[in-house]
Amino acid sequence: MSLPITLWPTAASAHARHIDWLIGAFGVLVWLLALPVFLVSLYFMIRYRRGRAIDRQHAPRGSVLIETSWAAIPFLLVLVFYVWSTTLFFNLQSPPQDALTINVVAKQWMWKAQHPGGAAEIDALHVPAHTPVKLVMTSQDVIHSLYLPALRIKKDVLPGRYTMLWFQADRLGSYALRCAEFCGTDHSAMTGKLVVMSPGDYAKWQQQASLDGSLAAKGAVLFRKFGCSGCHSSGSSVHAPPLAGLYGSPVPLADGRMVSADDQYIHDSILQPNRDVAAGYAPIMPTFDNVLDETQVTQLVAYVKSIGREEQ
Amino acid sequence: MNRAAPPNYLEAGYTLKSWLLTTDHKRIAVLYLLGISFFFAVGAIAAALIRLDLVTPAPDLLTNEGYNRAFSLHGIVMVWFFLIPSIPNTFGNFLIPLMIGARDLAFPRLNLASWYIYMTGGLLTLFVVVTGGVDTGWTFYTPLSSIYANGNVVAALTAVLISGFSSILTGINFIATIHKLRAPGMTWGRLPLFVWSHYATSLILVLATPVLAITLLLVAAERVLGLGIFDPRLGGDPILFQHLFWFYSHPAVYIMILPAIGVVSELVTASAHKRIFGYWFVAYASLAIAAIGFLVWGHHMFVAGQSIYASAAFSFLSIAVAVPSAIKVYNWTATLYKGSISWDAPMLFACGFIGLFVAGGLTGLMLAMLAIDVHVTDTYFVVAHFHYIMVGGAVTAFFGALHFWWPKITGRLYPEAWGRVAALLIFVGFNLTFFPQFMLGYQGMPRRYHVYPESFQVLNVLSSAGASILGAGYLLPLGYLLWSLFKGARAGPNPREAVGLEWTTSSPPPPHNFTTQPIVTHEAYDYPPPGNEG
Repeated sequence: MSLPITLWPTAASAHARHIDWLIGAFGVLVWLLALPVFLVSLYFMIRYRRGRAIDRQHAPRGSVLIETSWAAIPFLLVLVFYVWSTTLFFNLQSPPQDALTINVVAKQWMWKAQHPGGAAEIDALHVPAHTPVKLVMTSQDVIHSLYLPALRIKKDVLPGRYTMLWFQADRLGSYALRCAEFCGTDHSAMTGKLVVMSPGDYAKWQQQASLDGSLAAKGAVLFRKFGCSGCHSSGSSVHAPPLAGLYGSPVPLADGRMVSADDQYIHDSILQPNRDVAAGYAPIMPTFDNVLDETQVTQLVAYVKSIGREEQ
Repeated sequence: MNRAAPPNYLEAGYTLKSWLLTTDHKRIAVLYLLGISFFFAVGAIAAALIRLDLVTPAPDLLTNEGYNRAFSLHGIVMVWFFLIPSIPNTFGNFLIPLMIGARDLAFPRLNLASWYIYMTGGLLTLFVVVTGGVDTGWTFYTPLSSIYANGNVVAALTAVLISGFSSILTGINFIATIHKLRAPGMTWGRLPLFVWSHYATSLILVLATPVLAITLLLVAAERVLGLGIFDPRLGGDPILFQHLFWFYSHPAVYIMILPAIGVVSELVTASAHKRIFGYWFVAYASLAIAAIGFLVWGHHMFVAGQSIYASAAFSFLSIAVAVPSAIKVYNWTATLYKGSISWDAPMLFACGFIGLFVAGGLTGLMLAMLAIDVHVTDTYFVVAHFHYIMVGGAVTAFFGALHFWWPKITGRLYPEAWGRVAALLIFVGFNLTFFPQFMLGYQGMPRRYHVYPESFQVLNVLSSAGASILGAGYLLPLGYLLWSLFKGARAGPNPREAVGLEWTTSSPPPPHNFTTQPIVTHEAYDYPPPGNEG
């Protein structure tokens, strides 16, 4: 495009086109509510301007019926859109079970994406078209927000916590990826591109980009390198919870609560091991907060996930 | 000349001391007018830098750091040192005692103290500017503000904290005054709607501001003492900050707009010489806005990671809070029916307010829609929306009030034609500045972006061009209003033939407002029934 102006942004998913319809339809309602006020006011201003001879007698003082109707009717009309938009929003929170999971780590001022096959990239996100993609995101420092305007979605990326964004792009191409939450000096430079490829091309790209093994394989290397295996292996003399088959199972905690061993739990157990101690174990694990960055934690989580499936 | 006539409040003393130690609410209002005008200019200079820099996509005028400091300064100064005190502390201060037939506010010395506290906070903000600035945005989101940001964050937090005490004292003063100092016969049902809206505003000031103080202190505690409150690495929760901050800052939006709504009720009735349509609906709508306004803060956090069920509830409540605002707009329109409508500057400002407030309110409804908000939150769509409310709404009403009560405050008439020109310039300039920002936001330009893609340039240039017209519109009144102070015709007590106690006393009013105790026998806006007059 040569003109330095676009009037309507590209929509690269069914959801994005749905949002365009929603705002278009709501825009019509908004004009229907606003225009009568503007036109009637202008009409009264002209008709009843000071100095004009016209019948001004018997002006009404108020009417409960009129007040109730102009409060209730617009409200009820807007509620129709409330139901529509809330339904769309709830869909955004429930990704399909078979979605492709890509891990995203944000830090001042870059994006890093790690694909399940092991490919990693900076300030770019390659995804297959016509496939549900789920981003599991966390931040290394302050709050960021991953914004994909062509898909009409964004989600804040928080330190110390995983947030999720999912989509199914259906239009090949390269689109903007921006940080939408002010994150410090180079906030407006924290941008990248979303590349939507055909599923075949994505598979090829991932193969080429994954030179040093899958995400879980990288995690396995870290698991030995940082000494995790010294305690968490079956032959260890230290009394530490076994990790095989842990992922997704319920964990009773020392304080009586029961949690599910999801990404967040494993993440927190590595960085803040004394927060949720498993029942029957002493709180002896050191924190890896200043040892590992979020990228490495993601790889370790992927490894713990994988030994649930393979070794049991 | 009758030598026994009491001097007016302006002639009650000419020394600096007679101004700086005054307890007359009218003089304190003038002090506030000078203070907020100064800080408005400071905030406007920051805005001018921002708009000038955004003319090109590249970072040419300011560095990234400088740009971030400019918009942080713009937000902090405009919110806490202009918008929040603007109408209440100038016109509220000046008019509430006059409108209810009182000699002064309930606590005159507290009133003066609140001005000094406000000025201290404001000057500390300027100190922050010269000692390195602050680059967190006015929202101070953690852990950016508490751990990572450079700049003088703690001093900025302190400045805002100080200004909060001024707000609380003003709120208490207004509530006590409206309850206890009404003239004989001035029942609640006869109060001007300006007073009702300030009553609602005062409730928010007193109830919400302490939460802001707590929040700012917690940020300072984390930054200075390393207490883990918001940073997850210290065991804190960054979302907690957002809940606390918006629990104040959303009601704060109503602190800014409710007084403006009160102004417009006065402007519309006086310009139409007509009783307000549906007095009680308009009065209670102010209280409803204040009450429901406390329950919508979560709509700032739809993508921040709060529970989706909480988001659904906040979305619904945000739609509900629009209802009382809509009631007001419809009632103003109905008030015009069979009125005798003047096209003087105050009415033009009121019309401008209604148009921009409606646009801001309806785009607010769009933002309340969860799925739409996910796309446009944190973009220029939001920037445009809240400027329609706060600048298009509150600032336009401020200028409307300034023109409407100028003859009462100064005793002089300003040139009406120039007033109309200013109202028109401000309306046109405002729309040219901010309408393109809705389009930028929907296309995906995030707010607080110093560098942006080239495809956004045309709309940004339009916006900056509009800002220069808007700037001219704001500067113009400075010229002719100052001129009128010396050369304007004498106003007389009631140049607008308006009803209301403030118009029954001389212009400018005597030091204690009325020479005899007013006794109220009629409801507000009791304009004589019109004949078929010309």
